[in-house]
Amino acid sequence: MRRNPRWIAYTLIFIGLLFIPRLFSIHDLMLFEYGLTFAIVGLGFNLLLGYTGLLSFGHGAYFAVGAYTVGMFAKYLPQAYSLELLIPAALFLSLVLSVIFGFLCVRHTKIFFSILTLSLSMLLYALLFKLYHITGGSDGLRVPLPTLLDMSFRGIRRPEFLSGTYYYFLLILFAVSCVIMRGIVSSPFGKALQAIRDNEVRAELIGIRVRRYRLYAFILSGMFVGLGGALWSFVNGHVTADLSHWVFSGEIVYMTLLGGFGIFEGPIIGAILFTYLKLYAMGNTQYWMFVIGATLIVLVLLLPNGVAGAIAVLLAKLKRKKALEGTTC
Amino acid sequence: MLTVDNLKKHFGFVRAVDNINLQIREGEIVSIIGTNGAGKTTLVNLISGYLKPDSGRILFFDKDITYASPYVRIKLGVGRSFQLIQLFGNSTVLDNVRTALFSKYGMIRKGLLPADRYSSVTEEAIQILNNFNMSDKKELTPTGLSEGDLKILDIAIAFALKSKLLLLDEPTSGVATSDKFKVMDSIVSAIKKEGVSTLIIEHDMDIVSGYSDRVIVMHEGRIMAEGKPDEIMENRDVKAIVFGIVS
Repeated sequence: MRRNPRWIAYTLIFIGLLFIPRLFSIHDLMLFEYGLTFAIVGLGFNLLLGYTGLLSFGHGAYFAVGAYTVGMFAKYLPQAYSLELLIPAALFLSLVLSVIFGFLCVRHTKIFFSILTLSLSMLLYALLFKLYHITGGSDGLRVPLPTLLDMSFRGIRRPEFLSGTYYYFLLILFAVSCVIMRGIVSSPFGKALQAIRDNEVRAELIGIRVRRYRLYAFILSGMFVGLGGALWSFVNGHVTADLSHWVFSGEIVYMTLLGGFGIFEGPIIGAILFTYLKLYAMGNTQYWMFVIGATLIVLVLLLPNGVAGAIAVLLAKLKRKKALEGTTC
Repeated sequence: MLTVDNLKKHFGFVRAVDNINLQIREGEIVSIIGTNGAGKTTLVNLISGYLKPDSGRILFFDKDITYASPYVRIKLGVGRSFQLIQLFGNSTVLDNVRTALFSKYGMIRKGLLPADRYSSVTEEAIQILNNFNMSDKKELTPTGLSEGDLKILDIAIAFALKSKLLLLDEPTSGVATSDKFKVMDSIVSAIKKEGVSTLIIEHDMDIVSGYSDRVIVMHEGRIMAEGKPDEIMENRDVKAIVFGIVS
């Protein structure tokens, strides 16, 4: 496996990413970190959309759970406010929520599934918004700097924290997430999910328990998104109820479409592109929503397989051309 | 091995399957013929668990499976193919078969390594494709296959589950006439090799007589005649109703 050119490329990219803090300004680096957290979210989301064929419009809920786990720990359990506890806690709570929501949602598919996920996430939104005394309501919760294995970052400003230890922490978790997700989608379990996506009836009739595996995919997906949410909260420094709003879930869908859900790397590319696209659109015009909307239309009409899909087609064409030239020479 | 006892399924006033009794012995290839709407597909749907009967019993190796779920029947060894091909459209031919094997071995839950690492499963899948003369197409997706190949792949998937009884719903419908015998040859040779009992639903009498040990004629939900292919061919009622030949 290690000799596979894909893995060599991955390793080279990973090594390249290690040097990003030296190359980028702090502003760009923070954007890139937003991008990385969303990339983890995209990976999780795409397990459902790309590999299981379920379009969720409520994945903001799991993102919010991850982020709020961090916020709540800061408020109520400050003595346990360290990264090595916060990440497992966020994973666990997003697991719990996705088990409950998933159990209800996987009974349905297509638009019914989408609407159900959307409504459940809005339910969480309403709770986060209304329970002012617990969740801070529309003010949200502040996310101070955590500790990591006895390392305290007291007295350090957030930008320094983000460009130092935290970037590498994030990068490692991102790499681990990629490897695990890659393992999931290429395992027999992943093949079964793709079988369910392609043909539910036949999948059932080769002995795959369709609903059960949909639920497993849903849970795994929710956990990745929860992890992304927790990691995101440190970059952002603040969490609000909007994270569970369907508009935010829509952004997750959007970035996955932008990158291309048919390809493993698609959501990663999409997440990073989206972060920059949104910021520059917001910075340059107050009609940024228009820019995002117009891009979506262009995307759907011209690049149905997203940016990564277009690149893959281009690469395949180049390869064929080269092969043809090779034969004519 | 399969005993169907007074099986009944009505859809409103339509008696799709009306008091059917039949038996299939081990290693036997039985064909069911009949006009459109005779209830052939309903019967297969009942045996495979896709539909539940109104009354009657289905026994498989003395086990009552009348109301068992499709999942249970597959585990027991009842596999089927479909008249309208049911494949995993975005996966390669190899993965179509391999997923069935993973499912059979319970590896979807237990297998944690990438699918390619389970080389024994991959080899078995290739072996099955070999039996059906399909191994040269293993990297293609179903969109790149001919109708006949799609049918064969559909059956290869059912076959991969090591079914003891295969139900083939119109294995050659939609296949170009010139390819029909080629398709049937690949299917039947693979089936014979493993000694799998098979129930084939078919329209085409040439195919039925060439490949089956026994023929059952259905008409309006009932069994009209039963016997060796050449006997059936000579049966006057069958000729009149099924083939429309009045002599």
